[in-house]
Amino acid sequence: MNESSSGSLYAAREPIFPKRVSGTFRRLKWWILGITLAIYYITPWIRWDRGPSLPDQAVLVDLAHRRFYFFWIQIWPHEFYFVAGLLIMAGIGLFIFTSALGRVWCGYACPQTVWTDLFILVERWIEGDRNARVRLWNAPWSARKARLRLTKWLVWLMIAVATGGAWIFYFADAPTLLRDFLTFQAPVVAYSTVAVLTVTTFIFGGFMREQICIYMCPWPRIQAAMMDPDTLTVAYRDWRGEPRGKGMRRRAVAAETYAGGETGGRRSPVIPVPGLAQAAAAPVPARETPGDCIDCNACVNVCPMGIDIRDGQQMACITCALCIDACDEVMVKIGKPRGLIDYLALSDEPRERAGEPPRPIRQHVFRFRTLLYTAIWAVFGLGLLWALFVRPEIDVTVSPIRNPQFVTLSDGAVRNAYDIRLRNKHGDERPFRIVLPEGSGLALTLEGASGNEVIVPADMTALHRVYVTAPAGSAPASADASPVSFRITEPVSGESVEVGSVFNGKGSE
Amino acid sequence: MDDKETRDPVTGVDTTGHEWDGIKELNNPMPRWWLWTLYGTIVWGIGYAIAYPAWPLVQGATSGLLGYSTRGEVAAEIAAVDARNAEVSATLAAADLATLPVDDPAYQFGVSGGAAVFRANCSQCHGAGAAGGVGYPNLLDDSWLWGGTLDDIEYTVRHGIRNEIDADARFSQMPAFGEMLSKPEIAEIAEHVLALSGQEHDAAKAEAGATLFADNCASCHGEAGTGDREQGAPDLTDAIWLYSGTREAVTETITNARFGVMPAWGPRLSDAEIKAVTLYVHQLGGGE
Ligand code: SF4
Ligand code: SF4
Repeated sequence: MNESSSGSLYAAREPIFPKRVSGTFRRLKWWILGITLAIYYITPWIRWDRGPSLPDQAVLVDLAHRRFYFFWIQIWPHEFYFVAGLLIMAGIGLFIFTSALGRVWCGYACPQTVWTDLFILVERWIEGDRNARVRLWNAPWSARKARLRLTKWLVWLMIAVATGGAWIFYFADAPTLLRDFLTFQAPVVAYSTVAVLTVTTFIFGGFMREQICIYMCPWPRIQAAMMDPDTLTVAYRDWRGEPRGKGMRRRAVAAETYAGGETGGRRSPVIPVPGLAQAAAAPVPARETPGDCIDCNACVNVCPMGIDIRDGQQMACITCALCIDACDEVMVKIGKPRGLIDYLALSDEPRERAGEPPRPIRQHVFRFRTLLYTAIWAVFGLGLLWALFVRPEIDVTVSPIRNPQFVTLSDGAVRNAYDIRLRNKHGDERPFRIVLPEGSGLALTLEGASGNEVIVPADMTALHRVYVTAPAGSAPASADASPVSFRITEPVSGESVEVGSVFNGKGSE
Repeated sequence: MDDKETRDPVTGVDTTGHEWDGIKELNNPMPRWWLWTLYGTIVWGIGYAIAYPAWPLVQGATSGLLGYSTRGEVAAEIAAVDARNAEVSATLAAADLATLPVDDPAYQFGVSGGAAVFRANCSQCHGAGAAGGVGYPNLLDDSWLWGGTLDDIEYTVRHGIRNEIDADARFSQMPAFGEMLSKPEIAEIAEHVLALSGQEHDAAKAEAGATLFADNCASCHGEAGTGDREQGAPDLTDAIWLYSGTREAVTETITNARFGVMPAWGPRLSDAEIKAVTLYVHQLGGGE
């Protein structure tokens, strides 16, 4: 029965009680969960020595001083293209993975999936596996139910606080912030960030779960556009499974494995893709022998989205592959080959129906589309690496002041002004020497300084106005525009750059 | 349209019973919390419209229970900035500019603040880049009519030049020689002035003009034509001309004289603002 038969356009969320499962993909997911969570929680606490006047936190987004520190890399606001580049790479990386492996991001790495997995783990640990949880759900309120619920919510809340709490450490010195946070001296924004992230984590991981993916997240829609018939995705081999076996013996085996399995998963809308979905819905030809599916509902019971993969590929499926593990376990028990539910490409369906083996995985994964994405991704990656390693340690820009283009002095000499921006990325103050090349006939003076050396404090940008004067009647003074170049040297490191600009003379009037 | 619900055979999903040109609308129910979210936003919207300015009326809009306005927010922000700057601003107002060190926070504050004061009050005549124009002095060069030290500049800003508001305004008046001398005489003086500044000139006329210059002009512009800052008399030997140094312009100046006026800023700007704009102008490249 479909819940819409009531005719209502709105329906309450149906609770889902995913059953425990073990297998290859579950193990992989536990590993990914552990590693990603560890990265998230530990990263802000890694120290990295950058000298006395710079922060010693390996990964730090210092919004107040507009710096981003990532281990040995330090990014200034004017280098924000690094961040843009990384975001583009992340986007194209998602293209690669989605076109090759469908919604792997959703199934394995998305924070929504990872935290929901963690929350379900807690839930199972406190309230028991699927059947116990269903019973508890249906049971009237009692002291035991209240105790279990409160314990569960408390643990969830602790995880949620830790999640929100870890986030803020990326934006300030972690140990200091932790101390301030605990002694109520941290800035208000720290508390409000933690509060918001705590509430969202608690609600999204504990109560919203699959609703986030089905109704709120834009990714499924975007991902659908990146998939094609060669994309490997979780699907049911209905040509092998149908008609579903109802035999007593099979039931008995299944009952041994999955005692008390429920029947009837929630149907979610089937995406009308050509091929698989229609095949699933089309009438199945009667066969002499029943198919491999014993209708034990193991795949339905483990599904965190509460759907039945045997209805075909569908919008709600995040390709977490847990149904593969569940089904494989059953297939082993009944002595059939694994893979009734498996990573499949739609394009293989006709071959498989004809009894031929599917094409090898690498032919699906390495095809023009994915290789093209990889190439684009690599171009960005190499570009960023190149930019990272060739960018000079002393960073200088010279901007001629154009209002006015030049000034005539009382002796008839012509003077141009330039704003020179000197960026010192070192952890200590550095002198910078600004000179014009020998024999240019031009004179250089610095506003507010005698000599031609200026000191730039550690990790700072200094703006200095310099004047270049051409004597009356000299070529640059009477020409329209002539080239001029500044040599800027940082004597401590011996680094030196030459920056060209333009000198405007009276001819430009 | 018929209201009877039917099941779609392909998807097994109920339809809403609506059908247009053979296309049926499936009913995959939305979650109920979605609906509640919608109601929630409506309630929020109503509350927002009550709490904040919302409904346009003839004379503006409803002001909202919280009394919030963007204007008020800007005013509060400006007040906060002023409060933050009060101390350094007071230091600047009381400072002796001539001895204020360049790395003093009050100096830095003055230069940046002075730039803003300049843009708002001075750029109309002197230009956004302070390069002036015909009749409006260029503040970037090294020539000053009334002096280019910090004290001189501050005095000029505070009292202005040749205005009627401030009795202490800098004042001088060049006579209009068109009423006293003949045209040929004026032409001879003009040639002499061109010669003084090393421009192309008629040597014979300039020679004759030298005597006329000594008689009529030297009292203010000096024997050698190097000017006199006490009277704001320009140096005629340099390459800088307030009203252009062409033969025509010089002749016009001698004939009809010039009378450039600058307002007194003392009554309009605060002490700190005057000192700030003084520091700003002084560090533009010509300060003495
Ligand atoms: S649908 Fe969205 S929220 Fe859900 S797993 Fe995918 S990316 Fe994450
Ligand atoms: S159908 Fe299978 S792969 Fe898809 S969400 Fe459910 S368990 Fe995961």
